[in-house]
Amino acid sequence: MSLKTSLLAGVALTAFGAGAALADPALIYDLGGKFDKSFNEAAYMGAQRWVEETGGTYRELEMQSEAQREQALRRLAESGSNPIVMAGFAFGDVLGQVAPDYPDTKFAIIDMVVDQPNVQSIVFTEEQGSYLAGVMAGMASESGTVGFIGGMDIPLIHKFHCGFAQGFKSIQPEGNVLMNFTGTTPAAWNDPVRGGELARAQISQGADVIYAAAGGTGIGVLQAAADEGILSIGVDSNQNALHPGQVLTSMVKRVDNAVFEAFTAGTDLEPGIRVMDLAAGGVDVAIDENNAELVTDEMQAAVEEARAAIASGEVTVHDYMTDNTCPAS
Amino acid sequence: MDKMPKWADVILTPLISLILAMGISALVILAIGESPWTALTTMVDGALGSSYGWGFTLYYATNFIFTGLAVMVAYHAALFNIGGEGQAAMGGLGVALVLLYLPLPHWALALPVAMLGAAAFGAAWAFIPAWLQAKRGSHIVITTIMFNFIAAAVLSYVLVNLLRPVGSMDPASARFPAETALPRLSELAAWVGIAWGRNTPVNITFLVAVLACVLVWVLIWRTRLGYEIRALGKSERGAVYAGINPVRITIVAMLISGGLAGMMAINNVMGESGRLVLNAVEGAGFIGIAVALMGRNHPFGIFLAALLFGFLYQGGGELALWTSIPRELIVVIQALVILFTGALDNMVRMPLERLFLALRRSGGQAR
Repeated sequence: MSLKTSLLAGVALTAFGAGAALADPALIYDLGGKFDKSFNEAAYMGAQRWVEETGGTYRELEMQSEAQREQALRRLAESGSNPIVMAGFAFGDVLGQVAPDYPDTKFAIIDMVVDQPNVQSIVFTEEQGSYLAGVMAGMASESGTVGFIGGMDIPLIHKFHCGFAQGFKSIQPEGNVLMNFTGTTPAAWNDPVRGGELARAQISQGADVIYAAAGGTGIGVLQAAADEGILSIGVDSNQNALHPGQVLTSMVKRVDNAVFEAFTAGTDLEPGIRVMDLAAGGVDVAIDENNAELVTDEMQAAVEEARAAIASGEVTVHDYMTDNTCPAS
Repeated sequence: MDKMPKWADVILTPLISLILAMGISALVILAIGESPWTALTTMVDGALGSSYGWGFTLYYATNFIFTGLAVMVAYHAALFNIGGEGQAAMGGLGVALVLLYLPLPHWALALPVAMLGAAAFGAAWAFIPAWLQAKRGSHIVITTIMFNFIAAAVLSYVLVNLLRPVGSMDPASARFPAETALPRLSELAAWVGIAWGRNTPVNITFLVAVLACVLVWVLIWRTRLGYEIRALGKSERGAVYAGINPVRITIVAMLISGGLAGMMAINNVMGESGRLVLNAVEGAGFIGIAVALMGRNHPFGIFLAALLFGFLYQGGGELALWTSIPRELIVVIQALVILFTGALDNMVRMPLERLFLALRRSGGQAR
């Protein structure tokens, strides 16, 4: 085997001369594709920033179907990539199986906890960022009804909804939060047409701010909201620029920072659980020139107040995944 | 006889088709500014250049052998079963139910039981289109492809609502018990002292697939049922005149076909992933059509064609990993091979046939 390995490595190096050297990091995107303007794209931006700052190279792979996860992971580990970062909770089970086979390779998984000695699990406090988005929606909504459109119906996305509802009700206690999910399979992350339909349905029920936590599906939600002249809230990446002046804000989840830091740490990647919360800049609401005129001074003040309250522990945002219930809705 | 020699029909035609497909693929790769030569060496090295590559190539080939045989059996009865995708997906459900709910202490016991489960579910899924075709004349092409969509919907419902373990977010079943895991060929190789194909998914199912090739050959050309299937395929009126019941043979041929497609699940669901995931079939049901056409509906040809498509799948995966050729173009390359070997078959065969006949005629005159 050692002869074959070295032969293979030799072949790889000669045939792809200019290609990657052996200890390069690798990034695997989940279904939905690299350029989904949301979750995967945030991961891509982080990797690109690492390339710009260090001049290094990395390997990347896009998933085409659920069945490929294990092969993709093993292939990257076999080919010597280190560390291997994967974007998405769906890799959790497979990683639990694969990681023990490659004790010298470091793995990082985003949005999921995998308890292995060579795995860093990166989780975000989406409920805190969503709470701030909810506060802004509460200030912006005139009808008292706002909408939430999730991608795949999983506890992780309920966590977004729950934080959003809690933040909204801190401003409008009598308000109403509509909730819809696109589907129950990973295809729900990439269905902008259905996202648009759900948005129109919520608008007809009176929603005037809609928060999309749905990966690529959110593009359709934001488009429908812009077409109907109401406000929307983007997710994961900063999506304010998609429809300038019509996207209230984006709940940015700094997946890019997570990828960047994992790549920077390289083979010294610290195993264990890494929590990216509001205080650490892991989640936030995006305010830039595209939504500056939508964000009033009072709104800004309310957000800062809420941020301070969360930091001091005065407000505890409920994490849906701890008990699978949401007190706010 | 106005025919070209058999070797030319069986070997030369697919080979020329393949070379044409590769030529056009090379142009496509050139057009996006990549080197076709690097792409080719990447594919060959990645799929055949190491025992690791071979392990994956043979794993994919195992899938395609089953779906190819499935298409072939139906084809001999003049039925075009394009529902292999759905039948294999349902076969996966059969495997999962058997392994999750029956106490099976050892893989040697689990394998035959899982094969039964897979074949039964695949065959059951093929039964309704078969019955509709035989009794109602609903065209099998339409019904089988519609059943693919129904199978996908049924599977996602079952995975999300019934089989998903409590607390899991991923729509996949629980892991099957460890003692039912099929031995990998790498483990067998290690057992006889050879280091081969470490961490590759090819497992003992490959040997089952080879056995299935032999059995299907025996069935079609050496049994009474096979004769009836072929007779029905050649001419339904002739078959009826000979006392063959077309309803019965149509349904039996489709049950065998669906059962073979379903058996693919012991490779990918039981042998590889060890749990049932969405989209586990990964298009192998459709590839089976190309494999059967290219293999001239003969088990040996199907075996070779399955190897070729196994190479294309694994080599394509390596391309995605090592080069910057986008994944969509890799699908284009695979599609070109299917187009040339499957659909445009006559484009190569007819000129070739004319060439051979012309050669023979001039040869005859010279003598």
